[in-house]
Amino acid sequence: MAMTIHVDIVSAEGAIHSGTAEMVYAPAILGEIGIAPRHSQLITRLNPGDVRVDVGGGQLEHFYVSGGIIEVQPHVVTILADTALRAHDLDESKALEAKRRAEEALSSKLAQYEYAKAQAELLDAVAQLRAIERLRKKY
Amino acid sequence: MASSNEIRNKIVSVKSTQKITKAMEMVAGSRMRKAQERMEAARPYADKIRRVIAHLYHAATEYRHVMTEERPNHKRVGYMVVSSNRGLCGGLNSNLFRLLSKELEKQRQANIEFDFCTIGNRALGFCQRTGGKIVAWRPHPGDTPHVEDLIGTVKVMLDSFEAGELDAIYMVYNRFVNTMTQQPTIEQLVPIHSEKLEVFTHAWDYIYEPNPEGVIDQLLVRYIESLVYQAVVENGACAQSARMVAMKAATDNATSLIRELQLLYNKARQAAITQEISEIVGGAAAV
Repeated sequence: MAMTIHVDIVSAEGAIHSGTAEMVYAPAILGEIGIAPRHSQLITRLNPGDVRVDVGGGQLEHFYVSGGIIEVQPHVVTILADTALRAHDLDESKALEAKRRAEEALSSKLAQYEYAKAQAELLDAVAQLRAIERLRKKY
Repeated sequence: MASSNEIRNKIVSVKSTQKITKAMEMVAGSRMRKAQERMEAARPYADKIRRVIAHLYHAATEYRHVMTEERPNHKRVGYMVVSSNRGLCGGLNSNLFRLLSKELEKQRQANIEFDFCTIGNRALGFCQRTGGKIVAWRPHPGDTPHVEDLIGTVKVMLDSFEAGELDAIYMVYNRFVNTMTQQPTIEQLVPIHSEKLEVFTHAWDYIYEPNPEGVIDQLLVRYIESLVYQAVVENGACAQSARMVAMKAATDNATSLIRELQLLYNKARQAAITQEISEIVGGAAAV
Protein backbone atom coordinates (compact mmCIF):
# COMPACT_ATOMS: atom_id res chain seq x y z
CA MET A 1 0.00 0.00 0.00
CA ALA A 2 1.22 3.46 -0.85
CA MET A 3 2.26 5.85 1.91
CA THR A 4 -0.47 8.20 2.99
CA ILE A 5 -0.79 11.44 4.86
CA HIS A 6 -3.74 12.62 6.91
CA VAL A 7 -5.55 15.68 5.61
CA ASP A 8 -7.90 17.92 7.57
CA ILE A 9 -9.60 20.80 5.83
CA VAL A 10 -11.56 22.94 8.26
CA SER A 11 -13.17 26.34 8.18
CA ALA A 12 -14.40 28.36 11.14
CA GLU A 13 -17.98 27.41 10.36
CA GLY A 14 -17.47 23.69 9.93
CA ALA A 15 -15.24 20.79 8.97
CA ILE A 16 -14.93 20.40 5.23
CA HIS A 17 -12.88 17.27 4.73
CA SER A 18 -10.98 14.76 6.78
CA GLY A 19 -9.22 11.66 5.55
CA THR A 20 -6.01 10.18 4.22
CA ALA A 21 -4.36 11.05 0.95
CA GLU A 22 -1.37 10.11 -1.13
CA MET A 23 -0.73 13.64 -2.22
CA VAL A 24 -2.14 17.11 -1.55
CA TYR A 25 -1.88 20.10 -3.87
CA ALA A 26 -2.56 23.56 -2.51
CA PRO A 27 -2.33 27.11 -3.90
CA ALA A 28 0.29 28.55 -1.55
CA ILE A 29 1.09 32.21 -1.66
CA LEU A 30 4.40 31.65 -3.46
CA GLY A 31 2.93 29.25 -5.98
CA GLU A 32 1.25 25.90 -5.95
CA ILE A 33 2.78 23.28 -3.70
CA GLY A 34 2.43 19.54 -3.71
CA ILE A 35 2.73 17.72 -0.43
CA ALA A 36 3.66 14.08 -0.26
CA PRO A 37 3.72 12.03 2.93
CA ARG A 38 6.67 12.81 5.22
CA HIS A 39 7.05 16.31 3.92
CA SER A 40 9.06 18.45 6.35
CA GLN A 41 7.24 20.91 8.63
CA LEU A 42 5.95 23.86 6.68
CA ILE A 43 3.52 26.64 7.33
CA THR A 44 2.34 29.11 4.73
CA ARG A 45 -0.58 31.19 3.64
CA LEU A 46 -2.90 30.17 0.85
CA ASN A 47 -4.19 32.10 -2.10
CA PRO A 48 -7.79 31.67 -3.16
CA GLY A 49 -7.94 28.62 -5.36
CA ASP A 50 -8.32 24.91 -5.67
CA VAL A 51 -7.07 22.41 -3.11
CA ARG A 52 -6.76 18.98 -4.64
CA VAL A 53 -6.51 15.87 -2.54
CA ASP A 54 -5.29 12.66 -4.16
CA VAL A 55 -7.24 10.11 -2.17
CA GLY A 56 -5.51 7.20 -3.86
CA GLY A 57 -5.10 5.78 -7.34
CA GLY A 58 -4.95 9.21 -8.92
CA GLN A 59 -8.49 10.01 -7.87
CA LEU A 60 -8.65 13.71 -7.04
CA GLU A 61 -11.06 15.51 -4.78
CA HIS A 62 -11.39 19.24 -5.28
CA PHE A 63 -12.07 21.87 -2.64
CA TYR A 64 -12.26 25.56 -3.22
CA VAL A 65 -10.70 27.75 -0.55
CA SER A 66 -10.82 31.52 -0.53
CA GLY A 67 -7.53 31.76 1.29
CA GLY A 68 -6.27 30.54 4.61
CA ILE A 69 -3.29 28.82 6.13
CA ILE A 70 -1.77 25.43 5.50
CA GLU A 71 0.26 23.67 8.13
CA VAL A 72 2.26 20.62 7.20
CA GLN A 73 3.58 18.02 9.61
CA PRO A 74 5.23 14.85 8.36
CA HIS A 75 2.01 12.86 8.70
CA VAL A 76 -0.68 15.52 8.95
CA VAL A 77 -1.73 18.34 6.70
CA THR A 78 -4.05 20.91 8.22
CA ILE A 79 -5.73 23.47 6.03
CA LEU A 80 -7.41 26.29 7.92
CA ALA A 81 -9.64 27.68 5.22
CA ASP A 82 -11.13 31.14 5.29
CA THR A 83 -14.85 31.28 4.75
CA ALA A 84 -14.91 34.87 3.65
CA LEU A 85 -13.03 36.76 1.02
CA ARG A 86 -10.27 38.57 2.80
CA ALA A 87 -8.13 41.43 1.76
CA HIS A 88 -6.45 44.05 3.85
CA ASP A 89 -8.49 47.03 2.69
CA LEU A 90 -11.68 44.97 2.82
CA ASP A 91 -11.03 44.22 6.50
CA GLU A 92 -10.24 47.88 7.05
CA SER A 93 -13.55 48.98 5.62
CA LYS A 94 -15.38 46.47 7.80
CA ALA A 95 -13.65 47.82 10.87
CA LEU A 96 -14.64 51.34 9.93
CA GLU A 97 -18.19 50.20 9.42
CA ALA A 98 -18.34 48.64 12.89
CA LYS A 99 -17.07 51.89 14.40
CA ARG A 100 -19.54 53.95 12.46
CA ARG A 101 -22.38 51.70 13.56
CA ALA A 102 -21.40 52.18 17.18
CA GLU A 103 -21.45 55.94 16.79
CA GLU A 104 -24.78 55.89 15.03
CA ALA A 105 -26.30 53.59 17.61
CA LEU A 106 -25.08 55.81 20.39
CA SER A 107 -26.50 58.96 18.92
CA SER A 108 -29.90 57.48 18.07
CA LYS A 109 -30.37 55.07 20.96
CA LEU A 110 -29.35 57.56 23.57
CA ALA A 111 -32.78 59.07 23.29
CA GLN A 112 -34.39 55.64 23.72
CA TYR A 113 -32.48 54.84 26.88
CA GLU A 114 -33.15 58.22 28.33
CA TYR A 115 -36.80 57.59 27.61
CA ALA A 116 -36.71 54.21 29.35
CA LYS A 117 -35.07 55.76 32.36
CA ALA A 118 -37.60 58.57 32.50
CA GLN A 119 -40.39 56.04 32.24
CA ALA A 120 -39.01 54.05 35.15
CA GLU A 121 -38.76 57.19 37.25
CA LEU A 122 -42.32 58.15 36.34
CA LEU A 123 -43.63 54.74 37.41
CA ASP A 124 -41.78 55.10 40.67
CA ALA A 125 -43.29 58.53 41.29
CA VAL A 126 -46.79 57.32 40.48
CA ALA A 127 -46.45 54.43 42.92
CA GLN A 128 -45.31 56.83 45.63
CA LEU A 129 -48.27 59.11 45.01
CA ARG A 130 -50.65 56.18 45.27
CA ALA A 131 -49.12 55.08 48.53
CA ILE A 132 -49.51 58.59 49.95
CA GLU A 133 -53.13 58.73 48.85
CA ARG A 134 -53.87 55.42 50.54
CA LEU A 135 -52.27 56.63 53.73
CA ARG A 136 -54.37 59.81 53.64
CA LYS A 137 -57.58 57.85 53.27
CA LYS A 138 -56.69 55.70 56.26
CA TYR A 139 -56.07 58.56 58.65
CA MET B 1 -66.74 38.81 44.41
CA ALA B 2 -65.92 39.50 40.78
CA SER B 3 -68.70 38.77 38.34
CA SER B 4 -68.46 35.55 36.40
CA ASN B 5 -68.26 37.47 33.14
CA GLU B 6 -65.15 39.29 34.24
CA ILE B 7 -63.49 36.06 35.25
CA ARG B 8 -64.40 34.44 31.97
CA ASN B 9 -62.76 37.28 30.05
CA LYS B 10 -59.66 36.92 32.14
CA ILE B 11 -59.45 33.19 31.45
CA VAL B 12 -59.71 33.82 27.73
CA SER B 13 -56.91 36.37 27.81
CA VAL B 14 -54.62 34.12 29.87
CA LYS B 15 -55.32 31.30 27.44
CA SER B 16 -54.29 33.37 24.46
CA THR B 17 -51.11 34.47 26.22
CA GLN B 18 -50.39 30.85 26.93
CA LYS B 19 -50.74 30.01 23.27
CA ILE B 20 -48.09 32.60 22.45
CA THR B 21 -45.65 31.42 25.09
CA LYS B 22 -46.15 27.84 24.01
CA ALA B 23 -45.39 28.76 20.40
CA MET B 24 -42.31 30.72 21.43
CA GLU B 25 -41.12 27.77 23.47
CA MET B 26 -41.37 25.48 20.49
CA VAL B 27 -39.68 27.92 18.13
CA ALA B 28 -36.83 28.46 20.59
CA GLY B 29 -36.47 24.71 20.98
CA SER B 30 -35.96 24.05 17.31
CA ARG B 31 -33.65 27.04 16.94
CA MET B 32 -31.63 25.85 19.89
CA ARG B 33 -30.99 22.53 18.25
CA LYS B 34 -29.71 24.27 15.14
CA ALA B 35 -27.55 26.62 17.16
CA GLN B 36 -26.06 23.68 18.99
CA GLU B 37 -25.21 21.99 15.73
CA ARG B 38 -23.49 25.15 14.58
CA MET B 39 -21.55 25.22 17.80
CA GLU B 40 -20.36 21.68 17.20
CA ALA B 41 -19.43 22.51 13.64
CA ALA B 42 -17.16 25.34 14.76
CA ARG B 43 -15.21 23.13 17.13
CA PRO B 44 -12.82 21.36 14.70
CA TYR B 45 -11.45 24.66 13.39
CA ALA B 46 -10.87 25.98 16.89
CA ASP B 47 -9.11 22.77 17.91
CA LYS B 48 -6.94 22.69 14.81
CA ILE B 49 -5.92 26.32 14.95
CA ARG B 50 -5.11 26.00 18.64
CA ARG B 51 -2.86 23.05 17.85
CA VAL B 52 -1.08 24.92 15.09
CA ILE B 53 -0.49 27.87 17.41
CA ALA B 54 0.78 25.52 20.09
CA HIS B 55 3.24 24.15 17.55
CA LEU B 56 4.31 27.68 16.68
CA TYR B 57 4.77 28.57 20.32
CA HIS B 58 7.12 25.75 20.91
CA ALA B 59 8.84 25.88 17.58
CA ALA B 60 12.04 27.87 18.04
CA THR B 61 10.92 31.10 16.43
CA GLU B 62 12.75 34.28 17.19
CA TYR B 63 9.76 36.33 16.06
CA ARG B 64 7.37 37.10 18.90
CA HIS B 65 4.09 38.74 18.06
CA VAL B 66 2.82 41.64 20.21
CA MET B 67 -0.35 39.68 20.87
CA THR B 68 1.54 37.10 22.88
CA GLU B 69 3.33 39.52 25.16
CA GLU B 70 1.87 40.32 28.56
CA ARG B 71 2.06 43.97 29.51
CA PRO B 72 2.93 44.63 33.14
CA ASN B 73 0.83 47.72 33.86
CA HIS B 74 -2.70 47.90 32.60
CA LYS B 75 -4.01 51.39 31.93
CA ARG B 76 -6.88 50.71 29.62
CA VAL B 77 -8.50 47.42 28.74
CA GLY B 78 -11.13 46.38 26.24
CA TYR B 79 -14.17 44.20 26.66
CA MET B 80 -15.95 42.43 23.88
CA VAL B 81 -19.44 41.86 25.18
CA VAL B 82 -21.71 39.38 23.46
CA SER B 83 -25.41 39.44 24.25
CA SER B 84 -28.64 38.48 22.58
CA ASN B 85 -30.57 40.97 20.52
CA ARG B 86 -33.88 40.48 22.24
CA GLY B 87 -35.06 39.83 25.74
CA LEU B 88 -37.57 37.25 26.97
CA CYS B 89 -34.79 34.85 27.72
CA GLY B 90 -34.87 34.71 31.49
CA GLY B 91 -31.92 36.01 33.42
CA LEU B 92 -29.44 35.27 30.67
CA ASN B 93 -28.32 38.78 29.86
CA SER B 94 -28.75 40.19 33.35
CA ASN B 95 -26.60 37.45 34.87
CA LEU B 96 -23.90 38.25 32.37
CA PHE B 97 -24.13 41.97 33.03
CA ARG B 98 -24.02 41.43 36.78
CA LEU B 99 -20.75 39.55 36.40
CA LEU B 100 -19.42 42.25 34.15
CA SER B 101 -20.34 45.09 36.49
CA LYS B 102 -18.47 43.38 39.33
CA GLU B 103 -15.45 43.11 37.09
CA LEU B 104 -15.76 46.73 36.00
CA GLU B 105 -15.98 47.86 39.61
CA LYS B 106 -12.68 46.12 40.25
CA GLN B 107 -11.11 47.82 37.26
CA ARG B 108 -12.43 51.18 38.41
CA GLN B 109 -10.85 50.76 41.80
CA ALA B 110 -7.56 49.88 40.16
CA ASN B 111 -7.92 53.04 38.08
CA ILE B 112 -8.10 51.16 34.82
CA GLU B 113 -10.21 52.62 32.08
CA PHE B 114 -12.17 50.46 29.71
CA ASP B 115 -13.47 50.37 26.17
CA PHE B 116 -16.30 48.24 24.89
CA CYS B 117 -16.94 46.46 21.71
CA THR B 118 -20.43 45.08 21.79
CA ILE B 119 -22.17 42.41 19.78
CA GLY B 120 -25.90 42.42 20.36
CA ASN B 121 -28.46 45.08 21.21
CA ARG B 122 -28.74 44.35 24.92
CA ALA B 123 -25.02 44.71 25.48
CA LEU B 124 -25.04 48.10 23.83
CA GLY B 125 -27.59 49.45 26.28
CA PHE B 126 -25.81 48.05 29.30
CA CYS B 127 -22.32 49.16 28.32
CA GLN B 128 -23.55 52.62 27.68
CA ARG B 129 -24.90 52.93 31.19
CA THR B 130 -21.55 51.89 32.67
CA GLY B 131 -19.96 54.97 31.23
CA GLY B 132 -17.29 53.21 29.21
CA LYS B 133 -16.51 54.15 25.65
CA ILE B 134 -18.10 52.00 23.01
CA VAL B 135 -15.75 51.75 20.08
CA ALA B 136 -17.60 49.29 17.92
CA TRP B 137 -21.00 47.68 17.79
CA ARG B 138 -23.00 45.32 15.69
CA PRO B 139 -26.28 43.56 16.36
CA HIS B 140 -26.00 39.88 17.22
CA PRO B 141 -25.88 38.14 13.87
CA GLY B 142 -28.71 35.90 14.99
CA ASP B 143 -29.26 32.31 14.01
CA THR B 144 -26.74 32.08 11.23
CA PRO B 145 -23.65 34.00 12.22
CA HIS B 146 -20.76 34.11 9.80
CA VAL B 147 -17.17 34.89 10.58
CA GLU B 148 -17.44 37.56 7.95
CA ASP B 149 -19.88 39.49 10.15
CA LEU B 150 -17.39 39.70 12.99
CA ILE B 151 -14.21 40.67 11.18
CA GLY B 152 -14.80 44.38 11.54
CA THR B 153 -15.59 44.44 15.25
CA VAL B 154 -12.64 42.21 16.06
CA LYS B 155 -10.30 44.29 13.97
CA VAL B 156 -11.24 47.51 15.77
CA MET B 157 -10.18 45.96 19.06
CA LEU B 158 -7.04 44.27 17.79
CA ASP B 159 -5.91 47.44 16.07
CA SER B 160 -6.15 49.47 19.24
CA PHE B 161 -4.32 46.72 21.11
CA GLU B 162 -1.51 46.75 18.61
CA ALA B 163 -1.37 50.52 18.73
CA GLY B 164 -0.89 50.29 22.49
CA GLU B 165 -4.20 51.94 23.38
CA LEU B 166 -5.46 48.80 25.07
CA ASP B 167 -3.36 46.56 27.28
CA ALA B 168 -5.64 43.56 27.29
CA ILE B 169 -8.84 42.44 25.65
CA TYR B 170 -11.45 40.33 27.42
CA MET B 171 -14.31 38.41 26.01
CA VAL B 172 -17.61 38.50 27.91
CA TYR B 173 -20.22 35.94 26.90
CA ASN B 174 -22.40 33.08 28.07
CA ARG B 175 -20.87 29.66 27.80
CA PHE B 176 -23.22 26.87 26.87
CA VAL B 177 -23.01 24.09 29.43
CA ASN B 178 -26.31 22.39 28.70
CA THR B 179 -29.88 23.36 27.99
CA MET B 180 -30.59 24.27 31.59
CA THR B 181 -27.27 25.87 32.46
CA GLN B 182 -25.50 28.80 30.90
CA GLN B 183 -22.29 30.01 32.43
CA PRO B 184 -21.54 33.76 32.23
CA THR B 185 -17.86 33.95 31.42
CA ILE B 186 -15.12 36.53 31.18
CA GLU B 187 -12.07 35.32 29.34
CA GLN B 188 -8.85 36.98 28.41
CA LEU B 189 -8.58 37.09 24.65
CA VAL B 190 -5.41 39.05 24.14
CA PRO B 191 -2.55 38.71 25.12
CA ILE B 192 -2.91 35.08 24.26
CA HIS B 193 -2.28 32.86 27.27
CA SER B 194 0.35 30.28 26.55
CA GLU B 195 -0.83 27.93 29.28
CA LYS B 196 -4.00 27.26 27.34
CA LEU B 197 -1.92 25.54 24.71
CA GLU B 198 -0.52 22.05 24.93
CA VAL B 199 3.16 21.65 25.63
CA PHE B 200 5.57 19.98 23.31
CA THR B 201 9.01 19.07 24.46
CA HIS B 202 10.97 18.55 21.29
CA ALA B 203 12.35 21.60 19.51
CA TRP B 204 12.02 22.10 15.81
CA ASP B 205 10.95 24.85 13.50
CA TYR B 206 8.80 25.24 10.47
CA ILE B 207 9.77 26.27 7.03
CA TYR B 208 7.95 29.57 6.68
CA GLU B 209 6.85 30.77 3.31
CA PRO B 210 7.41 33.61 2.63
CA ASN B 211 8.37 34.73 6.17
CA PRO B 212 7.36 33.95 9.78
CA GLU B 213 5.89 37.41 10.42
CA GLY B 214 3.21 37.28 7.74
CA VAL B 215 2.13 33.77 8.59
CA ILE B 216 2.06 34.27 12.35
CA ASP B 217 0.22 37.59 12.09
CA GLN B 218 -2.50 36.08 9.99
CA LEU B 219 -2.70 32.96 12.11
CA LEU B 220 -3.15 34.87 15.35
CA VAL B 221 -5.83 37.12 13.89
CA ARG B 222 -7.68 34.06 12.61
CA TYR B 223 -7.34 32.46 16.01
CA ILE B 224 -8.87 35.43 17.78
CA GLU B 225 -11.62 35.59 15.22
CA SER B 226 -12.41 31.94 15.68
CA LEU B 227 -12.63 32.44 19.45
CA VAL B 228 -15.00 35.35 19.00
CA TYR B 229 -17.04 33.38 16.50
CA GLN B 230 -17.24 30.50 18.93
CA ALA B 231 -18.41 32.85 21.67
CA VAL B 232 -21.07 34.35 19.44
CA VAL B 233 -22.36 30.94 18.40
CA GLU B 234 -22.40 29.70 22.00
CA ASN B 235 -24.18 32.80 23.16
CA GLY B 236 -26.76 32.26 20.45
CA ALA B 237 -27.37 28.72 21.63
CA CYS B 238 -27.58 29.99 25.22
CA ALA B 239 -30.15 32.62 24.29
CA GLN B 240 -32.35 30.07 22.56
CA SER B 241 -32.19 27.54 25.36
CA ALA B 242 -32.75 30.19 28.03
CA ARG B 243 -35.72 31.46 26.07
CA MET B 244 -37.08 27.96 25.75
CA VAL B 245 -36.84 27.40 29.50
CA ALA B 246 -38.33 30.81 30.30
CA MET B 247 -41.23 30.24 27.94
CA LYS B 248 -41.86 26.78 29.36
CA ALA B 249 -42.07 28.31 32.83
CA ALA B 250 -44.46 30.96 31.52
CA THR B 251 -46.66 28.32 29.92
CA ASP B 252 -46.75 26.31 33.15
CA ASN B 253 -47.60 29.42 35.13
CA ALA B 254 -50.41 30.20 32.75
CA THR B 255 -51.79 26.68 33.22
CA SER B 256 -51.93 27.01 37.00
CA LEU B 257 -53.38 30.50 36.70
CA ILE B 258 -56.15 29.19 34.47
CA ARG B 259 -56.91 26.43 36.96
CA GLU B 260 -57.28 28.94 39.78
CA LEU B 261 -59.41 31.25 37.70
CA GLN B 262 -61.61 28.36 36.65
CA LEU B 263 -62.21 27.50 40.31
CA LEU B 264 -63.07 31.11 41.06
CA TYR B 265 -65.41 31.20 38.08
CA ASN B 266 -67.25 28.07 39.23
CA LYS B 267 -67.65 29.52 42.71
CA ALA B 268 -69.00 32.79 41.36
CA ARG B 269 -71.43 30.93 39.15
CA GLN B 270 -72.68 28.78 41.99
CA ALA B 271 -73.04 31.75 44.26
CA ALA B 272 -75.11 33.52 41.63
CA ILE B 273 -77.43 30.51 41.24
CA THR B 274 -77.80 30.08 44.98
CA GLN B 275 -78.68 33.71 45.32
CA GLU B 276 -81.23 33.53 42.56
CA ILE B 277 -82.91 30.50 44.11
CA SER B 278 -83.05 32.08 47.53
CA GLU B 279 -84.53 35.22 45.99
CA ILE B 280 -87.19 33.19 44.24
CA VAL B 281 -87.94 31.22 47.39
CA GLY B 282 -88.03 34.45 49.40
CA GLY B 283 -90.35 36.05 46.82
CA ALA B 284 -92.69 33.01 46.87
CA ALA B 285 -92.81 33.02 50.67
CA ALA B 286 -93.72 36.73 50.69
CA VAL B 287 -96.63 36.10 48.32
